[in-house]
Amino acid sequence: MQEEIKAIVESYGRDKAFLVPILQDIQSRCNYLPQDLLLELAEELAIPHSLVFSVATFYKAFSLTPRGKHIVSVCLGTACHVRGAPKVLDALERTLHIKPGTTGEDGQFTLETVNCVGACALGPIVVADGEYHGQMTLAKTDKIVTTLKAGDQA
Amino acid sequence: MKRIGNAAELSALQKKLQDMRDPKKPLITICAGTGCQGQGCLKVKEALEAEIDQQGFSGKVAVRATGCHGFCEKGPLVVIHPQKIFYQQVKIDDAADIIAKTIAHGEVLERLLYTDPAAKKKLVNEDEVPFYNKQKRIILGYNGQIDPTSVDDYLAVGGYSALAKALSAMAPDAVIHEVLHAGLRGRGGGGYPTGTKWEHCRAAAGSPKYVIGNGDEGDPGAYMDRSIMEGNPFSIIEGMTIGAYAIGAGTGFLYVRNEYPLAVKHLTMAITTAREAGLLGENILGSGFNFEIKINRGGGAFVCGESSALFASIEGRSGEPRDKYIHAVEKGLWDKPTALNNVETWANVPLIINRGAEWYRSIGTEGSKGTKIFSLVGKINNTGLVEVPMGMTLREIIYDIGGGIPRERTFKAVQTGGPSGGCIPESMLDLPVDFDALSKAGSMMGSGGMIVMDDRSCMVDVARYFLNFLQEESCGKCVPCREGLLRMGEIFADICEGRGREGDIELLLSMCDAIIDGALCALGSTAPNPVLSTIRYFRDEYEAHIKDKKCPAGVCKALIQYRVIPEQCKKCGACKKVCPADAITGELKELHSINTLKCIKCGACFEACKFDAVSIE
Repeated sequence: MQEEIKAIVESYGRDKAFLVPILQDIQSRCNYLPQDLLLELAEELAIPHSLVFSVATFYKAFSLTPRGKHIVSVCLGTACHVRGAPKVLDALERTLHIKPGTTGEDGQFTLETVNCVGACALGPIVVADGEYHGQMTLAKTDKIVTTLKAGDQA
Repeated sequence: MKRIGNAAELSALQKKLQDMRDPKKPLITICAGTGCQGQGCLKVKEALEAEIDQQGFSGKVAVRATGCHGFCEKGPLVVIHPQKIFYQQVKIDDAADIIAKTIAHGEVLERLLYTDPAAKKKLVNEDEVPFYNKQKRIILGYNGQIDPTSVDDYLAVGGYSALAKALSAMAPDAVIHEVLHAGLRGRGGGGYPTGTKWEHCRAAAGSPKYVIGNGDEGDPGAYMDRSIMEGNPFSIIEGMTIGAYAIGAGTGFLYVRNEYPLAVKHLTMAITTAREAGLLGENILGSGFNFEIKINRGGGAFVCGESSALFASIEGRSGEPRDKYIHAVEKGLWDKPTALNNVETWANVPLIINRGAEWYRSIGTEGSKGTKIFSLVGKINNTGLVEVPMGMTLREIIYDIGGGIPRERTFKAVQTGGPSGGCIPESMLDLPVDFDALSKAGSMMGSGGMIVMDDRSCMVDVARYFLNFLQEESCGKCVPCREGLLRMGEIFADICEGRGREGDIELLLSMCDAIIDGALCALGSTAPNPVLSTIRYFRDEYEAHIKDKKCPAGVCKALIQYRVIPEQCKKCGACKKVCPADAITGELKELHSINTLKCIKCGACFEACKFDAVSIE
């Protein structure tokens, strides 16, 4: 991984101003930001550990813990909120037995909330593994989870 | 792509591209904005292309995936040119008929037409649809015409003429004067005169200078910027290049929200193409002017829409704002003079240079010129993006364009300005959209979110929603915002959960004052707006929660109960089947009832009952 970190840092000209995009690249490879890599990155960019951690913990896009195989995000934008998104989130919490922002112990699902995905006409929206599901109802939440689980077995 | 050497070569190329496009040749445009993609438009496009091949129309009919048309409610949207036949909610199965009937014989497919609910009439032509024909789409109009990834498409509709004009025939001061005279004000929310900002930035000491396009559209319920970045990225890049020339900047940054991958993709493609074409980079159009744009993806922090936090983020730090006694035009990014404008503002610039300030000034009101794009969402029939001239009333937008409130419910309020804005009640619907009029009413223009609420929306819950949103997004640097919003949130939790006390409203009001006075940046100082405006216009709802422990709209979970109405219950068992808490009794063909002790108030029975036999009390 050390080589990969080096390559990512090189691709941004070793410029510490690109810390955010560098972290984004690392996260998209590893699916989260492993602590040892953050330490390596700090050495590589010759910046304090504290700076890397302050940035990695400030932005919502970063996760310092491993994320699940499937990522289910519930949009909580205003349009989705007034159309019943909180109920959809409650239903997913019940079905997946996890709280928003956490991953189940089996590492299968991560439940997240997002402030607005900008497809308000489809609200309430759930984005499951990058795919948009609009006009969500409580009944449809079960279907999404079932489909994702069935896909794993197939 | 071949490099365009100068202004004359550009206009020759534009003409050639226009001539190559036979306006009589059938063209199918399909909306490929994120909304329509979510509804499966890309598969419809594939199906149309396959049918064209199978039915022997290869080369005779073109299919073009365009940016967002705006009428997201009815997507996927398909328009058949040159007749401009407007098809809505098109499915894969419709592709065969569209080619076999409409393309082959000009036959209109009734089932895909839009029905005007007011006139109860089916409409054929896109221009007849009330949602569109009451708008003034000087910016969004191009979204439906061009393939956002094709510079040829952009050039064919006159793209880059403005840049050529500015570089070859206008001095930087003249460009600034034009924008100033046009009366363009910042579309990101603040409404600061763009020309003045540029003037100050140009005059400021220090180099290099920077221009920034703010595409960190964080307001929940707003997606105008997204649709421009995805649907017409060249217009933003052209605008920024003109601005950079006027100010004397050599580098620009586009700060794009992390949640918008398609926007990042299209902007990246557009920048690469523009560079190849000599429209960006060194010696642009042979003028000797050099300008580069870099894209920064945001990290998912709302506060980064604030200018100084955005600078910090580009510099590779946490997005914490700083005090702004020194303006960004003097010391912005890396403490250098910086002109930061919203991407919608940038997209207005080429229009002003092309058609002139006088033309631009003719649209809008005394203090607010031009058009504004709003995302009209929530409890509204025609959800979508609407672009209207400044000065149109909220009533016209909500009823004439938006088609009113679904399911014949009654309008309660419209929330404008995102988390920094406020809620406007029914009595003020004749208010014109104008920077100053909206501020006076206790709301603000903001970036353009317009969330409509009906009698089933609880205004206390809405205020609480925004408060919680901002509290979570607060960067934590200053105490009034970090602690104040948290404490206000606790009071709201009490009110919504039946523990509200006399005096809570007054306490909230005084905390609002303290936060307005004390917060460091605009995120904090405008955070009380949703609370203040809902107390101002809907105080009775707060009182119902506090005194009667009731939520009149039936939203606040702790204050409501679900009940079966015996007269309406058809004993079908649908509610019982979906109840996750086993709280519903009564076998099939027996009257159902809800055990309130077991009920977790999830609303599943309410959703499942087709006979409106479950009520909220």
